[in-house]
Amino acid sequence: MSLEHFKNRNVGTQNYRMLDLDPTPVTGWGKFKQVVRRSLSLELLVGLKVTLREMIKALFFGGMHTTKYPFEKLPIGPRYRAIHEMKRLLESGHYRCIGCGLCEKICPADAIRIDTAYGEDQRKHVEEYTINFGRCIFCGYCAEVCPELAIVHGGRYETASEQRASFSLFDDMLTPIDQLTNQKEFPGYGSVSVQADKNIKKTPLAY
Amino acid sequence: MEVTYLGVIIKAILILAIISAIAGFGTYIERKVLAFMQRRLGPMHVGLYGLLQIAADGIKLFTKEDFIPQNANKFIFMLAPIITAATAFIALSAVPVFPDFTIFGVFVPSIAADVNIGILFVLGMMAAGLYGPLLAGMSQANKWGLLGAARTAAQFISYEVVTGLSLLAPIMMVGSLSLIDFNHYNETHPWMVFMQPLAFVLFLIAGFAETNRTPFDLLENEAEIIAGYATEYSGMRWGMFFIGEYANMITVAVLASIIFLGGYTDLWFIPGWLAIILKIAFMFFLMLWVRASWPHVRPDQFMWLAWKVLMPLAVINVVITGIVIMV
Repeated sequence: MSLEHFKNRNVGTQNYRMLDLDPTPVTGWGKFKQVVRRSLSLELLVGLKVTLREMIKALFFGGMHTTKYPFEKLPIGPRYRAIHEMKRLLESGHYRCIGCGLCEKICPADAIRIDTAYGEDQRKHVEEYTINFGRCIFCGYCAEVCPELAIVHGGRYETASEQRASFSLFDDMLTPIDQLTNQKEFPGYGSVSVQADKNIKKTPLAY
Repeated sequence: MEVTYLGVIIKAILILAIISAIAGFGTYIERKVLAFMQRRLGPMHVGLYGLLQIAADGIKLFTKEDFIPQNANKFIFMLAPIITAATAFIALSAVPVFPDFTIFGVFVPSIAADVNIGILFVLGMMAAGLYGPLLAGMSQANKWGLLGAARTAAQFISYEVVTGLSLLAPIMMVGSLSLIDFNHYNETHPWMVFMQPLAFVLFLIAGFAETNRTPFDLLENEAEIIAGYATEYSGMRWGMFFIGEYANMITVAVLASIIFLGGYTDLWFIPGWLAIILKIAFMFFLMLWVRASWPHVRPDQFMWLAWKVLMPLAVINVVITGIVIMV
Protein backbone atom coordinates (compact mmCIF):
# COMPACT_ATOMS: atom_id res chain seq x y z
CA MET A 1 0.00 0.00 0.00
CA SER A 2 1.25 3.40 -0.87
CA LEU A 3 1.53 6.29 1.53
CA GLU A 4 -1.35 8.04 -0.21
CA HIS A 5 -3.62 5.23 0.73
CA PHE A 6 -2.86 5.67 4.42
CA LYS A 7 -3.17 9.43 4.29
CA ASN A 8 -6.82 9.22 3.29
CA ARG A 9 -8.42 9.03 6.71
CA ASN A 10 -12.03 9.17 5.55
CA VAL A 11 -12.62 5.57 6.46
CA GLY A 12 -16.41 5.60 6.26
CA THR A 13 -17.78 3.71 3.32
CA GLN A 14 -19.14 6.96 1.90
CA ASN A 15 -22.12 5.10 0.51
CA TYR A 16 -24.75 6.97 2.45
CA ARG A 17 -28.32 6.65 1.25
CA MET A 18 -30.43 9.67 1.92
CA LEU A 19 -33.99 8.97 2.94
CA ASP A 20 -36.34 10.94 0.76
CA LEU A 21 -38.73 11.78 3.54
CA ASP A 22 -41.60 14.06 2.74
CA PRO A 23 -41.97 17.12 4.94
CA THR A 24 -44.17 16.48 7.98
CA PRO A 25 -47.74 17.45 7.12
CA VAL A 26 -49.22 20.24 9.19
CA THR A 27 -52.77 20.47 7.92
CA GLY A 28 -55.42 17.89 8.77
CA TRP A 29 -55.92 17.02 5.13
CA GLY A 30 -52.17 16.45 4.72
CA LYS A 31 -52.08 14.15 7.74
CA PHE A 32 -55.05 12.24 6.41
CA LYS A 33 -53.40 11.78 3.04
CA GLN A 34 -50.23 10.54 4.72
CA VAL A 35 -52.13 7.96 6.78
CA VAL A 36 -53.98 6.69 3.71
CA ARG A 37 -50.83 6.54 1.63
CA ARG A 38 -48.89 4.66 4.30
CA SER A 39 -51.74 2.23 4.96
CA LEU A 40 -52.36 1.42 1.33
CA SER A 41 -48.71 1.10 0.35
CA LEU A 42 -48.57 -1.99 2.64
CA GLU A 43 -45.36 -0.91 4.34
CA LEU A 44 -46.18 -3.24 7.22
CA LEU A 45 -45.71 -6.24 4.98
CA VAL A 46 -42.09 -5.23 4.43
CA GLY A 47 -41.42 -5.89 8.10
CA LEU A 48 -43.05 -9.29 7.85
CA LYS A 49 -40.93 -10.05 4.81
CA VAL A 50 -37.72 -9.27 6.68
CA THR A 51 -38.43 -11.60 9.58
CA LEU A 52 -39.56 -14.40 7.30
CA ARG A 53 -36.40 -14.00 5.23
CA GLU A 54 -34.26 -14.22 8.38
CA MET A 55 -36.14 -17.34 9.49
CA ILE A 56 -35.62 -19.06 6.14
CA LYS A 57 -31.95 -18.05 6.18
CA ALA A 58 -31.53 -19.42 9.69
CA LEU A 59 -33.34 -22.69 9.10
CA PHE A 60 -32.26 -23.69 5.63
CA PHE A 61 -29.09 -21.78 4.82
CA GLY A 62 -27.09 -22.24 8.01
CA GLY A 63 -27.50 -18.71 9.23
CA MET A 64 -28.12 -19.68 12.84
CA HIS A 65 -26.07 -17.50 15.16
CA THR A 66 -26.30 -19.54 18.34
CA THR A 67 -23.17 -21.00 19.88
CA LYS A 68 -24.24 -23.77 22.22
CA TYR A 69 -21.86 -22.42 24.81
CA PRO A 70 -20.97 -25.16 27.25
CA PHE A 71 -20.68 -27.59 24.34
CA GLU A 72 -19.15 -25.26 21.79
CA LYS A 73 -16.68 -22.53 22.55
CA LEU A 74 -15.58 -19.60 20.49
CA PRO A 75 -11.81 -19.28 20.00
CA ILE A 76 -10.17 -16.88 22.39
CA GLY A 77 -7.55 -14.30 21.53
CA PRO A 78 -3.93 -15.18 22.24
CA ARG A 79 -3.50 -12.06 24.36
CA TYR A 80 -6.27 -13.08 26.72
CA ARG A 81 -5.06 -13.27 30.35
CA ALA A 82 -6.93 -16.07 32.10
CA ILE A 83 -5.79 -18.71 34.59
CA HIS A 84 -2.04 -19.23 34.49
CA GLU A 85 -0.27 -22.20 33.02
CA MET A 86 3.10 -23.56 34.04
CA LYS A 87 5.05 -24.96 31.13
CA ARG A 88 7.47 -27.86 30.96
CA LEU A 89 10.69 -28.32 29.05
CA LEU A 90 9.93 -30.28 25.94
CA GLU A 91 13.12 -32.37 26.01
CA SER A 92 13.21 -33.59 29.60
CA GLY A 93 9.66 -32.99 30.74
CA HIS A 94 10.98 -31.13 33.78
CA TYR A 95 9.14 -27.97 34.72
CA ARG A 96 10.72 -24.83 33.38
CA CYS A 97 10.46 -22.81 36.56
CA ILE A 98 13.91 -22.10 37.96
CA GLY A 99 12.60 -20.70 41.24
CA CYS A 100 14.06 -17.22 40.69
CA GLY A 101 11.11 -15.60 42.47
CA LEU A 102 10.74 -12.67 40.06
CA CYS A 103 7.04 -13.31 39.65
CA GLU A 104 6.50 -13.27 43.39
CA LYS A 105 8.44 -10.04 43.63
CA ILE A 106 6.66 -8.18 40.85
CA CYS A 107 3.14 -9.32 41.71
CA PRO A 108 1.28 -6.10 42.58
CA ALA A 109 -1.44 -8.00 44.41
CA ASP A 110 0.87 -10.20 46.44
CA ALA A 111 -0.92 -13.20 45.12
CA ILE A 112 2.01 -15.45 44.34
CA ARG A 113 3.94 -17.39 46.94
CA ILE A 114 6.95 -19.46 46.01
CA ASP A 115 9.12 -21.66 48.24
CA THR A 116 12.33 -23.13 46.98
CA ALA A 117 14.95 -25.42 48.41
CA TYR A 118 18.08 -27.25 47.28
CA GLY A 119 17.28 -30.79 46.37
CA GLU A 120 19.47 -33.87 46.57
CA ASP A 121 20.88 -33.10 43.12
CA GLN A 122 22.07 -29.69 44.32
CA ARG A 123 19.59 -27.92 42.08
CA LYS A 124 17.04 -25.42 43.17
CA HIS A 125 13.65 -27.06 43.40
CA VAL A 126 10.27 -25.47 43.64
CA GLU A 127 8.83 -26.82 46.87
CA GLU A 128 5.62 -24.89 46.80
CA TYR A 129 4.13 -22.53 44.28
CA THR A 130 0.66 -21.09 44.73
CA ILE A 131 -1.29 -18.23 43.20
CA ASN A 132 -4.13 -16.88 45.31
CA PHE A 133 -6.80 -16.28 42.71
CA GLY A 134 -8.85 -14.36 45.22
CA ARG A 135 -6.18 -11.67 44.98
CA CYS A 136 -4.82 -12.08 41.47
CA ILE A 137 -5.78 -9.16 39.23
CA PHE A 138 -4.66 -10.93 36.04
CA CYS A 139 -2.31 -8.10 35.13
CA GLY A 140 0.13 -10.44 33.45
CA TYR A 141 3.31 -9.04 35.04
CA CYS A 142 4.35 -12.46 36.32
CA ALA A 143 4.30 -13.88 32.85
CA GLU A 144 6.07 -10.85 31.50
CA VAL A 145 9.03 -11.01 33.88
CA CYS A 146 9.45 -14.75 33.73
CA PRO A 147 12.90 -15.30 32.16
CA GLU A 148 12.13 -18.89 31.16
CA LEU A 149 8.60 -18.49 29.72
CA ALA A 150 7.64 -20.88 32.51
CA ILE A 151 4.55 -19.10 33.75
CA VAL A 152 2.18 -17.80 31.11
CA HIS A 153 -1.47 -16.96 30.93
CA GLY A 154 -3.71 -19.60 29.46
CA GLY A 155 -7.15 -19.41 27.92
CA ARG A 156 -9.05 -21.09 30.71
CA TYR A 157 -11.62 -18.42 31.47
CA GLU A 158 -14.24 -20.48 33.26
CA THR A 159 -13.13 -19.72 36.79
CA ALA A 160 -16.27 -20.53 38.75
CA SER A 161 -15.35 -23.09 41.38
CA GLU A 162 -16.24 -24.22 44.85
CA GLN A 163 -12.64 -23.77 45.96
CA ARG A 164 -10.18 -21.15 44.84
CA ALA A 165 -7.54 -23.76 45.50
CA SER A 166 -8.90 -25.77 42.57
CA PHE A 167 -6.82 -23.62 40.26
CA SER A 168 -4.02 -22.33 42.32
CA LEU A 169 -1.67 -25.22 43.04
CA PHE A 170 1.49 -25.68 41.06
CA ASP A 171 0.57 -29.16 39.91
CA ASP A 172 -2.81 -27.99 38.65
CA MET A 173 -1.28 -25.31 36.50
CA LEU A 174 1.57 -27.47 35.28
CA THR A 175 1.13 -29.14 31.91
CA PRO A 176 0.28 -32.79 32.61
CA ILE A 177 3.25 -34.95 31.76
CA ASP A 178 1.28 -37.11 29.34
CA GLN A 179 0.13 -33.99 27.50
CA LEU A 180 3.68 -32.81 26.99
CA THR A 181 3.65 -33.28 23.24
CA ASN A 182 0.48 -31.21 23.01
CA GLN A 183 1.92 -28.34 25.01
CA LYS A 184 1.41 -25.15 23.05
CA GLU A 185 4.04 -22.50 23.15
CA PHE A 186 2.89 -19.11 24.32
CA PRO A 187 3.01 -16.84 21.26
CA GLY A 188 4.33 -13.98 23.36
CA TYR A 189 3.02 -10.63 24.37
CA GLY A 190 1.78 -8.44 21.60
CA SER A 191 0.98 -11.47 19.51
CA VAL A 192 -1.88 -10.81 17.15
CA SER A 193 -5.10 -12.76 16.96
CA VAL A 194 -5.63 -15.36 14.30
CA GLN A 195 -7.93 -13.22 12.16
CA ALA A 196 -5.88 -10.07 12.64
CA ASP A 197 -5.20 -9.44 8.95
CA LYS A 198 -8.88 -9.57 8.15
CA ASN A 199 -10.02 -7.47 11.07
CA ILE A 200 -7.51 -4.67 10.76
CA LYS A 201 -8.90 -1.25 9.90
CA LYS A 202 -7.59 2.23 9.67
CA THR A 203 -8.25 4.40 12.66
CA PRO A 204 -10.83 6.97 11.70
CA LEU A 205 -9.63 10.47 12.45
CA ALA A 206 -12.23 12.55 10.61
CA TYR A 207 -15.87 11.84 11.08
CA MET B 1 -79.10 -35.45 14.64
CA GLU B 2 -79.30 -36.65 18.19
CA VAL B 3 -77.55 -34.83 21.00
CA THR B 4 -76.77 -37.01 23.99
CA TYR B 5 -75.64 -35.78 27.35
CA LEU B 6 -72.78 -38.23 27.35
CA GLY B 7 -71.58 -36.99 24.00
CA VAL B 8 -71.63 -33.38 25.14
CA ILE B 9 -69.69 -34.23 28.30
CA ILE B 10 -67.11 -36.19 26.35
CA LYS B 11 -66.71 -33.33 23.91
CA ALA B 12 -66.38 -30.80 26.71
CA ILE B 13 -63.63 -32.87 28.31
CA LEU B 14 -61.93 -33.29 24.96
CA ILE B 15 -62.00 -29.56 24.30
CA LEU B 16 -60.55 -28.86 27.73
CA ALA B 17 -57.82 -31.47 27.37
CA ILE B 18 -56.86 -30.81 23.78
CA ILE B 19 -56.94 -27.03 23.94
CA SER B 20 -54.94 -26.99 27.19
CA ALA B 21 -52.37 -29.23 25.57
CA ILE B 22 -52.28 -27.11 22.41
CA ALA B 23 -52.04 -23.95 24.49
CA GLY B 24 -49.04 -25.43 26.28
CA PHE B 25 -47.54 -26.57 23.01
CA GLY B 26 -48.26 -23.11 21.60
CA THR B 27 -45.82 -21.58 24.06
CA TYR B 28 -43.15 -23.92 22.76
CA ILE B 29 -44.02 -23.09 19.14
CA GLU B 30 -44.00 -19.40 19.93
CA ARG B 31 -40.57 -19.55 21.49
CA LYS B 32 -39.22 -21.60 18.61
CA VAL B 33 -40.67 -19.38 15.89
CA LEU B 34 -39.53 -16.18 17.58
CA ALA B 35 -36.08 -17.70 18.00
CA PHE B 36 -35.86 -18.73 14.36
CA MET B 37 -36.88 -15.28 13.21
CA GLN B 38 -34.08 -13.85 15.34
CA ARG B 39 -31.76 -16.57 14.04
CA ARG B 40 -31.49 -18.28 17.40
CA LEU B 41 -32.19 -21.88 18.28
CA GLY B 42 -34.77 -21.44 21.02
CA PRO B 43 -35.29 -24.13 23.65
CA MET B 44 -33.03 -27.05 22.78
CA HIS B 45 -31.94 -28.98 25.83
CA VAL B 46 -35.03 -30.39 27.54
CA GLY B 47 -35.91 -33.41 25.49
CA LEU B 48 -35.46 -33.73 21.73
CA TYR B 49 -35.18 -30.20 20.29
CA GLY B 50 -36.56 -28.87 23.56
CA LEU B 51 -39.92 -30.57 23.12
CA LEU B 52 -40.19 -31.32 26.83
CA GLN B 53 -39.71 -27.66 27.68
CA ILE B 54 -43.47 -27.50 28.25
CA ALA B 55 -43.17 -30.16 30.94
CA ALA B 56 -40.36 -28.24 32.60
CA ASP B 57 -42.41 -25.05 32.47
CA GLY B 58 -45.42 -26.85 33.88
CA ILE B 59 -43.45 -28.26 36.79
CA LYS B 60 -42.05 -24.82 37.45
CA LEU B 61 -45.46 -23.18 37.41
CA PHE B 62 -47.05 -25.80 39.65
CA THR B 63 -44.31 -25.78 42.24
CA LYS B 64 -43.85 -22.02 42.48
CA GLU B 65 -45.05 -20.18 45.53
CA ASP B 66 -48.66 -19.08 45.20
CA PHE B 67 -48.21 -15.50 46.28
CA ILE B 68 -51.06 -13.23 47.34
CA PRO B 69 -50.14 -9.63 48.21
CA GLN B 70 -51.03 -8.35 51.64
CA ASN B 71 -53.48 -5.62 50.65
CA ALA B 72 -55.05 -7.50 47.78
CA ASN B 73 -58.71 -8.39 47.73
CA LYS B 74 -58.04 -12.05 48.24
CA PHE B 75 -61.22 -13.53 46.82
CA ILE B 76 -61.23 -11.51 43.61
CA PHE B 77 -57.50 -11.94 43.25
CA MET B 78 -57.96 -15.71 43.29
CA LEU B 79 -61.04 -15.59 41.08
CA ALA B 80 -59.66 -13.48 38.22
CA PRO B 81 -57.40 -16.03 36.49
CA ILE B 82 -60.19 -18.58 36.63
CA ILE B 83 -62.45 -16.17 34.76
CA THR B 84 -59.90 -15.72 32.00
CA ALA B 85 -59.24 -19.42 31.55
CA ALA B 86 -62.88 -20.47 31.91
CA THR B 87 -64.33 -17.96 29.45
CA ALA B 88 -61.67 -18.87 26.91
CA PHE B 89 -62.70 -22.53 27.07
CA ILE B 90 -66.44 -21.79 27.18
CA ALA B 91 -66.09 -19.75 24.01
CA LEU B 92 -64.58 -22.76 22.29
CA SER B 93 -67.62 -24.92 23.10
CA ALA B 94 -69.69 -23.18 20.43
CA VAL B 95 -67.02 -23.32 17.74
CA PRO B 96 -67.11 -26.14 15.19
CA VAL B 97 -63.64 -27.26 14.24
CA PHE B 98 -64.01 -30.45 12.24
CA PRO B 99 -66.60 -31.78 9.86
CA ASP B 100 -69.15 -34.14 11.41
CA PHE B 101 -67.98 -37.73 11.44
CA THR B 102 -69.08 -41.21 12.44
CA ILE B 103 -67.09 -43.18 14.97
CA PHE B 104 -67.99 -46.70 16.21
CA GLY B 105 -71.28 -46.38 14.36
CA VAL B 106 -72.20 -43.25 16.29
CA PHE B 107 -72.80 -40.05 14.37
CA VAL B 108 -70.82 -37.27 16.02
CA PRO B 109 -71.50 -33.65 15.21
CA SER B 110 -68.15 -32.11 16.06
CA ILE B 111 -69.38 -29.16 18.06
CA ALA B 112 -70.11 -29.28 21.76
CA ALA B 113 -73.02 -26.86 21.74
CA ASP B 114 -74.65 -26.05 18.41
CA VAL B 115 -76.30 -22.82 19.50
CA ASN B 116 -77.95 -20.89 16.72
CA ILE B 117 -76.30 -17.66 17.85
CA GLY B 118 -72.79 -19.13 17.70
CA ILE B 119 -70.90 -15.99 16.76
CA LEU B 120 -72.71 -13.87 19.28
CA PHE B 121 -72.00 -16.43 21.99
CA VAL B 122 -68.31 -16.66 21.16
CA LEU B 123 -67.87 -12.90 20.97
CA GLY B 124 -69.83 -12.49 24.20
CA MET B 125 -67.67 -15.02 26.00
CA MET B 126 -64.47 -13.39 24.75
CA ALA B 127 -65.84 -10.06 25.92
CA ALA B 128 -66.69 -11.55 29.30
CA GLY B 129 -63.08 -12.68 29.45
CA LEU B 130 -62.05 -9.07 29.90
CA TYR B 131 -63.23 -9.33 33.49
CA GLY B 132 -60.21 -11.55 34.15
CA PRO B 133 -57.49 -8.95 33.56
CA LEU B 134 -59.75 -6.15 34.78
CA LEU B 135 -60.50 -7.69 38.18
CA ALA B 136 -56.96 -9.01 38.47
CA GLY B 137 -55.51 -5.55 38.01
CA MET B 138 -57.95 -3.87 40.35
CA SER B 139 -57.73 -6.42 43.16
CA GLN B 140 -53.99 -6.71 43.54
CA ALA B 141 -53.23 -3.38 45.26
CA ASN B 142 -50.48 -2.55 42.83
CA LYS B 143 -50.30 0.58 40.72
CA TRP B 144 -48.95 -1.24 37.68
CA GLY B 145 -51.79 -3.70 38.01
CA LEU B 146 -54.26 -0.84 38.20
CA LEU B 147 -52.79 0.76 35.07
CA GLY B 148 -53.06 -2.60 33.34
CA ALA B 149 -56.68 -2.89 34.40
CA ALA B 150 -57.46 0.58 33.08
CA ARG B 151 -55.86 -0.30 29.79
CA THR B 152 -57.80 -3.57 29.73
CA ALA B 153 -61.10 -1.76 30.03
CA ALA B 154 -60.16 0.77 27.35
CA GLN B 155 -58.68 -1.74 24.94
CA PHE B 156 -61.15 -4.59 25.14
CA ILE B 157 -64.25 -2.45 25.07
CA SER B 158 -62.97 -0.42 22.11
CA TYR B 159 -62.05 -3.46 20.13
CA GLU B 160 -65.22 -5.35 20.94
CA VAL B 161 -66.96 -2.66 18.91
CA VAL B 162 -64.66 -3.19 15.95
CA THR B 163 -64.94 -6.99 16.10
CA GLY B 164 -68.70 -6.90 16.22
CA LEU B 165 -69.07 -4.36 13.44
CA SER B 166 -66.52 -6.05 11.21
CA LEU B 167 -68.36 -9.38 11.54
CA LEU B 168 -71.70 -7.73 10.90
CA ALA B 169 -71.13 -7.55 7.14
CA PRO B 170 -70.41 -11.30 6.75
CA ILE B 171 -73.36 -12.04 9.03
CA MET B 172 -75.60 -9.97 6.76
CA MET B 173 -74.43 -11.90 3.74
CA VAL B 174 -74.89 -15.31 5.35
CA GLY B 175 -78.08 -14.35 7.14
CA SER B 176 -77.33 -16.45 10.18
CA LEU B 177 -75.35 -16.26 13.38
CA SER B 178 -74.55 -19.96 13.47
CA LEU B 179 -70.97 -20.81 12.65
CA ILE B 180 -72.12 -24.00 10.96
CA ASP B 181 -74.19 -21.94 8.54
CA PHE B 182 -71.10 -19.89 7.84
CA ASN B 183 -69.27 -23.04 6.93
CA HIS B 184 -72.11 -24.21 4.66
CA TYR B 185 -72.12 -20.79 3.00
CA ASN B 186 -68.47 -21.30 2.10
CA GLU B 187 -69.31 -24.55 0.32
CA THR B 188 -71.38 -22.79 -2.32
CA HIS B 189 -69.70 -19.41 -2.49
CA PRO B 190 -66.11 -18.22 -2.79
CA TRP B 191 -64.33 -17.68 0.49
CA MET B 192 -65.62 -14.77 2.52
CA VAL B 193 -62.17 -13.19 2.56
CA PHE B 194 -62.49 -12.45 -1.17
CA MET B 195 -65.94 -10.92 -0.78
CA GLN B 196 -65.23 -9.05 2.45
CA PRO B 197 -61.49 -8.30 2.47
CA LEU B 198 -61.93 -5.16 4.54
CA ALA B 199 -63.95 -7.02 7.16
CA PHE B 200 -61.21 -9.66 7.28
CA VAL B 201 -58.48 -7.11 7.91
CA LEU B 202 -60.57 -5.35 10.53
CA PHE B 203 -61.37 -8.64 12.24
CA LEU B 204 -57.70 -9.59 12.27
CA ILE B 205 -56.66 -6.29 13.81
CA ALA B 206 -59.40 -6.44 16.41
CA GLY B 207 -58.63 -10.10 17.05
CA PHE B 208 -55.00 -9.25 17.79
CA ALA B 209 -56.17 -6.55 20.17
CA GLU B 210 -58.66 -8.81 21.92
CA THR B 211 -56.22 -11.64 22.41
CA ASN B 212 -53.67 -9.17 23.66
CA ARG B 213 -51.10 -10.01 21.02
CA THR B 214 -48.00 -8.01 20.30
CA PRO B 215 -48.71 -4.92 18.32
CA PHE B 216 -51.47 -4.31 20.84
CA ASP B 217 -50.34 -6.04 24.03
CA LEU B 218 -50.63 -2.90 26.09
CA LEU B 219 -52.19 -4.69 29.06
CA GLU B 220 -48.93 -6.23 30.07
CA ASN B 221 -46.42 -4.17 28.15
CA GLU B 222 -43.39 -4.87 30.28
CA ALA B 223 -41.47 -1.85 29.08
CA GLU B 224 -44.11 0.52 30.37
CA ILE B 225 -46.10 -1.12 33.15
CA ILE B 226 -43.97 -4.08 34.36
CA ALA B 227 -46.45 -6.85 33.63
CA GLY B 228 -49.67 -4.88 33.84
CA TYR B 229 -52.52 -6.84 35.31
CA ALA B 230 -50.30 -9.89 35.89
CA THR B 231 -47.68 -8.06 37.96
CA GLU B 232 -48.46 -9.72 41.29
CA TYR B 233 -49.37 -13.13 39.94
CA SER B 234 -47.10 -16.12 40.20
CA GLY B 235 -47.19 -19.83 39.71
CA MET B 236 -50.26 -21.49 38.33
CA ARG B 237 -52.50 -18.43 38.68
CA TRP B 238 -50.27 -16.64 36.22
CA GLY B 239 -50.21 -19.82 34.18
CA MET B 240 -54.00 -19.73 33.90
CA PHE B 241 -53.85 -16.25 32.40
CA PHE B 242 -51.36 -17.65 29.96
CA ILE B 243 -53.50 -20.64 29.04
CA GLY B 244 -56.48 -18.34 28.64
CA GLU B 245 -54.53 -16.09 26.30
CA TYR B 246 -53.43 -18.99 24.14
CA ALA B 247 -56.92 -20.51 24.12
CA ASN B 248 -58.21 -17.13 22.96
CA MET B 249 -55.60 -17.07 20.21
CA ILE B 250 -56.85 -20.45 19.06
CA THR B 251 -60.45 -19.23 19.20
CA VAL B 252 -59.66 -16.22 17.05
CA ALA B 253 -57.72 -18.42 14.64
CA VAL B 254 -60.66 -20.83 14.38
CA LEU B 255 -63.16 -18.00 13.93
CA ALA B 256 -61.08 -16.42 11.18
CA SER B 257 -60.69 -19.79 9.47
CA ILE B 258 -64.39 -20.61 9.58
CA ILE B 259 -65.84 -17.21 8.80
CA PHE B 260 -63.36 -15.92 6.27
CA LEU B 261 -61.11 -18.72 5.07
CA GLY B 262 -63.59 -21.38 4.06
CA GLY B 263 -63.75 -23.38 7.28
CA TYR B 264 -63.68 -27.16 7.06
CA THR B 265 -64.97 -27.57 3.55
CA ASP B 266 -62.82 -29.75 1.33
CA LEU B 267 -60.21 -27.80 -0.56
CA TRP B 268 -59.15 -29.35 -3.89
CA PHE B 269 -57.62 -32.63 -2.80
CA ILE B 270 -57.19 -31.67 0.85
CA PRO B 271 -59.84 -33.16 3.15
CA GLY B 272 -61.77 -30.68 5.28
CA TRP B 273 -60.30 -31.65 8.64
CA LEU B 274 -56.76 -31.18 7.36
CA ALA B 275 -57.66 -27.95 5.58
CA ILE B 276 -58.93 -26.31 8.74
CA ILE B 277 -55.95 -27.50 10.76
CA LEU B 278 -53.68 -25.90 8.18
CA LYS B 279 -55.71 -22.70 8.27
CA ILE B 280 -55.68 -22.54 12.06
CA ALA B 281 -51.97 -23.27 12.10
CA PHE B 282 -51.35 -20.49 9.61
CA MET B 283 -53.39 -18.01 11.62
CA PHE B 284 -51.47 -19.01 14.76
CA PHE B 285 -48.20 -18.64 12.91
CA LEU B 286 -49.31 -15.24 11.66
CA MET B 287 -49.74 -14.07 15.25
CA LEU B 288 -46.19 -15.16 16.12
CA TRP B 289 -44.84 -13.74 12.88
CA VAL B 290 -46.38 -10.38 13.60
CA ARG B 291 -45.01 -10.47 17.12
CA ALA B 292 -41.51 -11.03 15.77
CA SER B 293 -41.83 -8.23 13.23
CA TRP B 294 -43.72 -5.26 14.51
CA PRO B 295 -43.22 -2.95 17.49
CA HIS B 296 -45.88 -1.96 20.01
CA VAL B 297 -48.16 0.95 19.42
CA ARG B 298 -48.59 3.70 21.95
CA PRO B 299 -51.86 3.62 23.92
CA ASP B 300 -53.06 6.91 22.42
CA GLN B 301 -52.29 5.71 18.90
CA PHE B 302 -54.12 2.58 19.80
CA MET B 303 -57.34 4.32 20.80
CA TRP B 304 -56.98 6.64 17.81
CA LEU B 305 -56.79 3.58 15.58
CA ALA B 306 -59.85 1.97 17.13
CA TRP B 307 -62.24 4.89 17.18
CA LYS B 308 -61.08 7.11 14.33
CA VAL B 309 -60.03 4.55 11.74
CA LEU B 310 -61.28 1.04 12.30
CA MET B 311 -64.77 1.77 13.58
CA PRO B 312 -65.70 4.21 10.75
CA LEU B 313 -64.28 1.76 8.23
CA ALA B 314 -66.34 -1.04 9.74
CA VAL B 315 -69.50 1.06 9.64
CA ILE B 316 -68.87 2.06 6.02
CA ASN B 317 -68.29 -1.59 5.18
CA VAL B 318 -71.60 -2.56 6.76
CA VAL B 319 -73.47 0.21 4.92
CA ILE B 320 -71.97 -0.69 1.54
CA THR B 321 -72.67 -4.38 2.10
CA GLY B 322 -76.27 -3.54 2.97
CA ILE B 323 -76.71 -1.47 -0.19
CA VAL B 324 -75.20 -4.21 -2.35
CA ILE B 325 -77.47 -6.85 -0.78
CA MET B 326 -80.58 -4.69 -1.28
CA VAL B 327 -79.89 -3.79 -4.88
